[in-house]
Amino acid sequence: MPLIARARNGRYFWAMIKQAREVSHQCTHCGEPCPPEEQFCCQGCQAVYELLNENGLCRYYEINEKPGVAQRQAVRKDKFAFLDNERTQQQLLRYRDEKQAHVTFHIPHIHCSSCLWLLENLHRLDPGVQRTEVNFAEKEARIIYDPSQTSLRKIAETLTSIGYEPYISLQDLRARKPAPNRKLIYQLGVAGFCFSNIMLLSFPEYFSGEGHMEGQMTVVFRYLNLLLSLPVFFYSAQAFYMPAWKGLKHGFLNIDLPIVLAIVTTFTRSVVDVLSGTGGGYFDSMTGIVMFMLIGRLLQDKTYRGLSFDRDYTAYFPIAVTVMKNGEEAPTQLPDVRTGDTLLIHNQELIPADGLLVKGSALIDYSFVTGESVPVRKQMGEIIYAGGRQLDGNMEILTIREVAQSYLTSLWNREELRKDNPGKPSFIHLLGQYFTWVVLLIAAVTAIYWGVYDSAKIWPAVTAILIIACPCALLLAASFTNGHMLRILSRHKLYLRNAQAIERMAGLTHIVFDKTGTLTGKSSTTVTWHGRELTHAEVSAIAALTAHSQHPASRQVREFAGKPLVHTIDRFSEQTGQGLQGWVHQMHVQLGSAAYTGARDTETPGASVVHVNINGDHAGYYLLQHAYRQGIPEMLGDLQRHFGLTLLSGDQPGEAENLRRMMGPDATLLFRQQAHDKLDRIVQLQEKGEKVLMIGDGLNDAGALRQSDCGISLTEDSNNFTPASDGILEASQLHRLPAFIRMSKINKRIILIAFVYSIAYNLTGLFFAVQGILSPLTAAILMPSSSISIILLTWGMSEYAGRKLLR
Amino acid sequence: MSVIIMLLCASLAVAIFFLVAFIWSVRDGQYDDDYSPAHRILFDDKTSKE
Repeated sequence: MPLIARARNGRYFWAMIKQAREVSHQCTHCGEPCPPEEQFCCQGCQAVYELLNENGLCRYYEINEKPGVAQRQAVRKDKFAFLDNERTQQQLLRYRDEKQAHVTFHIPHIHCSSCLWLLENLHRLDPGVQRTEVNFAEKEARIIYDPSQTSLRKIAETLTSIGYEPYISLQDLRARKPAPNRKLIYQLGVAGFCFSNIMLLSFPEYFSGEGHMEGQMTVVFRYLNLLLSLPVFFYSAQAFYMPAWKGLKHGFLNIDLPIVLAIVTTFTRSVVDVLSGTGGGYFDSMTGIVMFMLIGRLLQDKTYRGLSFDRDYTAYFPIAVTVMKNGEEAPTQLPDVRTGDTLLIHNQELIPADGLLVKGSALIDYSFVTGESVPVRKQMGEIIYAGGRQLDGNMEILTIREVAQSYLTSLWNREELRKDNPGKPSFIHLLGQYFTWVVLLIAAVTAIYWGVYDSAKIWPAVTAILIIACPCALLLAASFTNGHMLRILSRHKLYLRNAQAIERMAGLTHIVFDKTGTLTGKSSTTVTWHGRELTHAEVSAIAALTAHSQHPASRQVREFAGKPLVHTIDRFSEQTGQGLQGWVHQMHVQLGSAAYTGARDTETPGASVVHVNINGDHAGYYLLQHAYRQGIPEMLGDLQRHFGLTLLSGDQPGEAENLRRMMGPDATLLFRQQAHDKLDRIVQLQEKGEKVLMIGDGLNDAGALRQSDCGISLTEDSNNFTPASDGILEASQLHRLPAFIRMSKINKRIILIAFVYSIAYNLTGLFFAVQGILSPLTAAILMPSSSISIILLTWGMSEYAGRKLLR
Repeated sequence: MSVIIMLLCASLAVAIFFLVAFIWSVRDGQYDDDYSPAHRILFDDKTSKE
C-alpha cells in the first residue's frame, strides 16, 4: 500500500499546490489569505500539512476545501505536561484497565466532515490509539487508546500538532455532564404508539351505528382501548402531573393543572363508560391530546447541544498550572495551588489566582474581567488579579489568595446569591388560571341545571365539559409557537435558553450595552498602513518614537508597528494634539496630523489619520478606525425610538462623543464601569420598573447579564465560551437586534390569535357538552382537528413573520 | 370473528415491535449526533484497516 498511497498523495499534493496558485493566494490549509508564491499563510499551517502528507492523510484536504484553522499561534511545548500527572489522568479518564483507556476530549475546532475524517484516522498518526469516535453535535472526540503504547499527553500533543487542540478546563475535573434527558422522547413514543392503535380500534365504533357491531366484538375493542390507554395515563402524562403538582404546592394555578384535570376526568369517565358497558369512552381524544402536547413540549424544550448557558469561572480556567518548586517546574492541578506558591505564567495564559509579580515583565489584558481594552503594565511587586491574560512573555507570580478565594471567583459567588428569583410566571399560566375558573363555573352551572331537570345527565354533561374545555389548545398554541420561534431565531444565530426568554424579550423597555467586544470588535481599533512600503529600520524608528508618547493614537500605532529595535531618540518633541518628531539613527521621523506633517488632508469620516514623514518625504499614513460592528449605528438609531438605552463600558470615555451621536441625546453613557457597577446599574433600572435587556460579552458583564431580565451574551463564533446568560447571539448578527425584539412581540401576538381561534373550537364542543350529548365521535373529530389546525396556524404565522422581518 | 382477533393481535405485535425498536434506538444514542454517521459512511475505510 505505501507506494501507491504515496504516489496518490504526491499527485494530490501537486494538484493542491497548482490549485492554490490558480485561485488567489489562499493558504492551502486554512484558506486565509497568504503572501503571493506561498502555499501557506504561516509556519504552523505548513507544519500541519507536511505532517498529514507524510502520513498519507491528505484526503483531509479533499473532503472539504481548506478545512484547517490558522495555526499562527504556536502552542507551548510542555502545555500538556500536566496530563502526565496520575491524579489528573484518573479524573479525566472514563475507563481504564491494562490494555485500554477511554477519554473524551472537547475539541472546539471540529466543524466539518474533514475534521471528522481526520480525527477518526488518528490511529495512523499515533499507533497507540485504537479508535476515535467523534460526536459532532457536542464537538467531542472519544478516544480509546492503549496506555502501554501511548499516553494521554502524547495524544493531546498529537491532536494539537494537527490543529485540533483539546480544550481542557477546570470544569472537566468536576462532576460528569449529566446524560441527556430522554424521558420526554420515550413518553412521546409510548403516547404515539397508544394513540395510533386506539384510533384504529375506535373506527368501528365511530362508523357502526347502534347495534351494527357484534356485541362481543365491541367489548373486546373497548377493553383493548382501555388497556392501551393505561401507559399513556400512567407514564406519558407524567410530564404534566409533576409541574401541576409543583404549582399546587406553591399555591399557584399553572396551565398544567386544568390539563391534568381534563386528562384525569377523561380517563375516569372513559373507564366508567367501558366498565359499565354504556359507551366506548374518549380514550382516543385523551391519548391524542397527550401526544400533541408532548410534541409541543419537546419542540419548546429543544436544547442546543454544544452551547452552554450556565458557565461559571471553572470553564475558563485551565485544569493545571506550572508551579515553581526549588527552581523546577511542576505541573499542578489548580485546586491544589496554595497561598505562597510561585506560579509560572506563560505568554497568552490566563492568570488563575491573585498574586504578586515576582519575575518577568507583566502586560496584562484584563478585557475579559473589566472590559478595559488597553492592556495594563504591572510593576514588580504589584498585585495581579486572576482573570487577566499575560501578553508579554513568561512571568512568575507569588499567589496571595487561593483560586477559590480570588477576586474573580468572588464575583461569581456574589452573583449566585442574586439570581434566585424565578421571575414572573408566563402569561400563559395567567390565562390558564382564568380559563380554569371559567370552566369550573360553566361546569357548576350545568350541574345545577341538570340537577333540577334531569339528574341522570349531571355526570355525562359535567365530565364532557371538563373534557372539551381542556386548555390544551392554549398550551399547544404556546408551545408550538415558542418552539418554532426558537428555531427561527436560531437560524439567524440567536440561541435562546428557553421559551421564557422570548417572552421576557417581548416586554423589554430598556437596553443596556457593553462597549468593548459588544458594539466594537474584540480589539477596539483597527490600524492600517496606507503608503509606500516601509523598511524595517523605518518601522522600528516609528515604534521607538511612539513609545515616548502617551497619546492614544501613538499607542495604537506602536502596537501595530511592533517592538522597537532601537530606543535612542534625539531631539524628541511632541506638540499636544498635533504630532511628534525626532531623530532616530540619522533619520528624521515626523508623525501627526496633516497640518503638522505638511501632507495633503485625507477625507476619512469616522477614523483618525496619523501621517508619517520620513526625512521630509511623505511616506504615507496610518488609518485608525474605531471598529464598530457592522450595522451598529443603524441599529442604535432604530432602538432609541422605542427603548431607553444605556451604555456601560469598562473603557475610558474616549469614544463618548461618537457614541452619543449614535445612541441619541437620551441615552445614558457611563464609562470606567467595574463589574459590580454594571450590576448595580441594572438593579437601579429595575427598581425604576424598567425591564432590562443586557447585551455583553465578557466576564465583567456576567453579573449584569444574570441580573437583567434578559441577558444576551455575544460571541464571535458559537465555539467560544460565553458567560451564563439567557441567550447567545453570534456577533455578526447583532444589527438584527431590533428585528429579534419585534419577533418576540409577534410571538406573543401569534399565541393570542391561536388562543382566540381555539376558543371557537371549545365553544362548539361546549355547545354539545352542556346538553350532555357529546359523542366520542364529535370529540374525536374536534380534538385532533383543532390541534392540527392550531399547529399549522402558528407555524404559518411565525414563519411568515420570520421571513418578513429577518430577511 | 376470530380472524379479526388474530389480525388484531398481529397488528399490535408489529406495532409493539416498532415501539421497542424506537426506544432501543433512542437509548442507543442514535439520535444524539445526526451529522457524523451520515458523513462517516461516505469515507472509504480501506485505508483504516491496514
